[in-house]
Formats: sequence, C-alpha cells, structure tokens
Amino acid sequence: MAMEEEFSGSDVQKKFLYVNRRAPYGTIYALESLEVVLIGAAFDQDVSLAFFDDGVYQLVRDQDTSAIGMKNFSPTYRALGDYEVTRLYVEKESLDERGLSSDDLLEITYEDEDDDWAEKPSIRIVERSELTEIMAKQDVILSF
Amino acid sequence: MLHTVNKSPFEKTTFESCLNHARPGDAVLLIEDGIYAAVKGTAVADRIAGLNGDLSLYALGPDLAARGIQETALCDGISVVDYGGFVDLVAEHDVTQTWL
Repeated sequence: MAMEEEFSGSDVQKKFLYVNRRAPYGTIYALESLEVVLIGAAFDQDVSLAFFDDGVYQLVRDQDTSAIGMKNFSPTYRALGDYEVTRLYVEKESLDERGLSSDDLLEITYEDEDDDWAEKPSIRIVERSELTEIMAKQDVILSF
Repeated sequence: MLHTVNKSPFEKTTFESCLNHARPGDAVLLIEDGIYAAVKGTAVADRIAGLNGDLSLYALGPDLAARGIQETALCDGISVVDYGGFVDLVAEHDVTQTWL
C-alpha cells in the first residue's frame, strides 16, 4: 500500500535538487540553503545542488570575510562530500556572464565508495540546456 | 553627489538606473553585492568602459575580499577604498544617494 510505503522511510528515496541563484553575504539565502542541505543530508535521499545566475558566486575561492563581520561559510561546501552530497552542478553560461571560469571556484571533492574511495571533483560544469534536463528529472526542487 | 549601489547588476537594475541618473563629476561607490559590477570581463563591464571617465568609480575593499574578488580582477579606473575611505567620500560630497 502506498501509505505503508510512505511510512517505511528508508526505502523511499526521492531526487532532491537545491537551486542556488543568489550571491553570498548580500542576503541570507545562500547560507540558509547550505544549512538546509546539511540538515536534509540526514534523511538519506538522492541530493544534488545547482548553482546558476548569481548563485555561482557562492563557490568563488579565496573568500575572506574578516573585514565585514560575517561568517565565511564557503569552506563548508568542501565538507558536503562527507554528507554524501557529491554533485554540484554549475552553469557555464552563468560563469561566462560574470567573467568567471572553473579556475576561480573552490576545489570540492568527494571519495567515491564505488571506485575504491577515489577522490573525485564534486563540481560539474554544465551547459544551460543540460541543467534544464537535470531539473526536469527531479522529484523535489527547493529554490533559494 | 555620491551614489552608493549595493545590489548585483545581474539580479537588479539598480546599478544601471544609478548610471542613467548620475551626472558627470558624480562619484559612485559600489558596496556589498554591488561590487560585482566592478569586475572586468563580465556581461556588464562594457557599461563601465562606456563612461569615459565621466564618473569617479569606487569599490569597497572589505566587500571585495569577502566575495573572493581580487583587486586585479577589476575594470580599469575603479579605485578601491576601505571603510575610512567610505567615510571620506561621504564627507566630501554634500549629498549621498543610496540606491537600494
């Protein structure tokens, strides 16, 4: 029965996509999204993150917030692999519009349990058309 | 007049509207997410190049550093100021218009 399936918990796995479209620090969206991702990671779902529009700024390397009195939360993205969040899709067109390339982004990796724990990059640069398809395959999309 | 802009030019029209309403000789200080307008090689960088020095452009250093934007990544003609420089700019101009 559908109801029993709902309540059995762990064997119901949905595809969750967190959509990040805001720059860090100017608003609270980026930090809130990251917090929800970390909380949601406890529920053993299929989680991936998308970064486009100003959201790509969240992943820019060498952030130093010491002079603005806010917490630099960018190192936390590097911990996502430990929470089995291993797919961070970054839209190429959004990078291009902002004069950024993959070299400007944080190095974020995860250990692939299906490949002898080999260290692999979590960031995947995707074209807009590809990102559209990724979004279409989700069960749940949470937008920040 | 001093103008301050604190929104990303990719998300809001604030920066564009500021430039459209500023007069030659005015100063524009980019703060918070507004600093993204100062970066060269972006889709809006031509807008700054087209000003031909009519405006004095500034970016707040602490907001650049927080966002990982190096001073070497800025368009030509943009001066980086610290909080003290922010205060000096306000003191030097009779009126400050805050674009939100």
